[in-house]
Amino acid sequence: MSRSDIEKLAAERPDFAAIAAWIPKGASVLDLGCGDGSLLRYLKETRSVRGYGVEINDLDIVSCIANGVNVIQNDLDSGLSDFEDGSFDFVILSQTLQATRHTEAIIKEMLRVGREGIVSFPNFGHWKNRLDVLTGNMPVSRELPYQWYNTPNVHLCTLHDFEDFCRRCAVSITARSVMNGEHEVGLLPNLLGSTAVYRFQRGL
Amino acid sequence: MDHSVGIVTAQRAQFDTPLTFRSGAVLPRYELVYETYGTLNADHSNAILICHALSGHHHVAGIYADEPKNVGWWDNMVGPGKPIDTNKFFVIGLNNLGGCHGSTGPSSIDPLTGQPYGASFPVITVEDWVNSQARLADLLGIAQFAAVIGGSLGGMQALQWSLAYPDRVRHVLAIASAPRLTAQNIAFNDVARNAILTDPDFHGGNYYQHGVVPTRGLRLARMLGHITYLSDDAMADKFGRELRAEKFNYNYEIEFEIESYLRYQGDKFASYFDANTYLLMTKALDYFDPAHDFGGDLNRAFARAKAGFLVISFTTDWRFSPQRSREIVQPLLHNRRKVSYAEITSAHGHDSFLMPHPHYFDVARAYLNNVARECGS
Repeated sequence: MSRSDIEKLAAERPDFAAIAAWIPKGASVLDLGCGDGSLLRYLKETRSVRGYGVEINDLDIVSCIANGVNVIQNDLDSGLSDFEDGSFDFVILSQTLQATRHTEAIIKEMLRVGREGIVSFPNFGHWKNRLDVLTGNMPVSRELPYQWYNTPNVHLCTLHDFEDFCRRCAVSITARSVMNGEHEVGLLPNLLGSTAVYRFQRGL
Repeated sequence: MDHSVGIVTAQRAQFDTPLTFRSGAVLPRYELVYETYGTLNADHSNAILICHALSGHHHVAGIYADEPKNVGWWDNMVGPGKPIDTNKFFVIGLNNLGGCHGSTGPSSIDPLTGQPYGASFPVITVEDWVNSQARLADLLGIAQFAAVIGGSLGGMQALQWSLAYPDRVRHVLAIASAPRLTAQNIAFNDVARNAILTDPDFHGGNYYQHGVVPTRGLRLARMLGHITYLSDDAMADKFGRELRAEKFNYNYEIEFEIESYLRYQGDKFASYFDANTYLLMTKALDYFDPAHDFGGDLNRAFARAKAGFLVISFTTDWRFSPQRSREIVQPLLHNRRKVSYAEITSAHGHDSFLMPHPHYFDVARAYLNNVARECGS
């Protein structure tokens, strides 16, 4: 992977840099719903991680293998039974949370298999989404590029929703990074952020 | 023929150093027949070994000059531009020891007695095969294979390579395979063996001297095996309840198309395959268990492996189900080995691994392209 590939990826997926910032060099990483393996390649280049991806889509499996990314074909909603307890430093769910069916079960599995979890997801509370709904349409944006009839997203949420969910599931959030496009958002994150990235572990 | 390796010739290697089997038996000398396709590169780093399954042999790809219709059993996978690309790799197919296609086996003449080995041919294991294959590799000047590839029982040999010779294999492709058989799978093998062992023409394995062949037993064994290699849906699609005649005959002649098909397959197989070899192959399947010497712990068994692994299964394969392939993946994950796993959606059951399925081939090709890059091909 060349320098320009890395920069291109970082520009296309601003959550990648936010995720990488939390990962120490040489960590072991499991990337759930890893797509074509871009995040794992990015983390391999920038953080020298050792890792595996889990993906269900046939074409993505071929891409991962072609990209030299270790990938295990499996349906996330059927659990992570191939993976042992505490076998990874980090389990990552990047832009996939909203497309999982058994969301609570997956978060629990992430924290069974990994010492820490990281999720990124499109913030449904972003003002543009709110405006779309207010004017009478389902939101379609860079982060939510689907029409209502073909979206894989079944569990969209806002920052508030996710944080409530974590409290209820005894998951403790240790860091949060909210972005609008490539820019970090400080003020009114649930309104101004289009993408949220959370780092979390088992609650005490 | 497009993308074929074309006309090939079988070769023969003679080994005069005794081979000690896992059972303790010793074979003083033996021969292996093999074929090669493609060109070995200067640093001998682009060799791929193809291990065959129960009824396979050394004729993996291409045709023979005098038998233009005798196409290799994995010709759709192996050839120029194919997933196992003979423009990039030097590919070796062999007939395993104990086989009936030219390598020393039960039907070969034992030089000590001047008679076929028959029942005296030692019961062979996957470990023994891999040891004999390593000697063939020595003979061909291959210190390390770029990859060892096999489906089903062939996949077990590929796995065993990574355990017995961790420094001699860079990649393993284990397709429609298992780390060890389940009770159900052993049970199928035992029924097949019993069909042969109870055939009156079996003569304790020394039927050659009696001028007969236990055809009935071998045919039944193959018919049973064949059922387990197909999926329920594939059989339903292909045969359904089709009758050969228009109405029921109310007798025991062949009536349903599936009966006709199975008997044809059984007869065809029994006409060329050796019953003793069939017995040996099924026993090798049953015995294989890398965890046997590690208290049943596959995690410990696979700790020795150094290769990168591509494990492939097929959704409708119930003889070597996806779950069995996951049992290969799990100890590799435990030991943090490089491994990828693809579960191919296919209707054709265990036989899928021999079929030209586009996605299956894409997966294999993607993996092997990287292997080729590693060895500079």
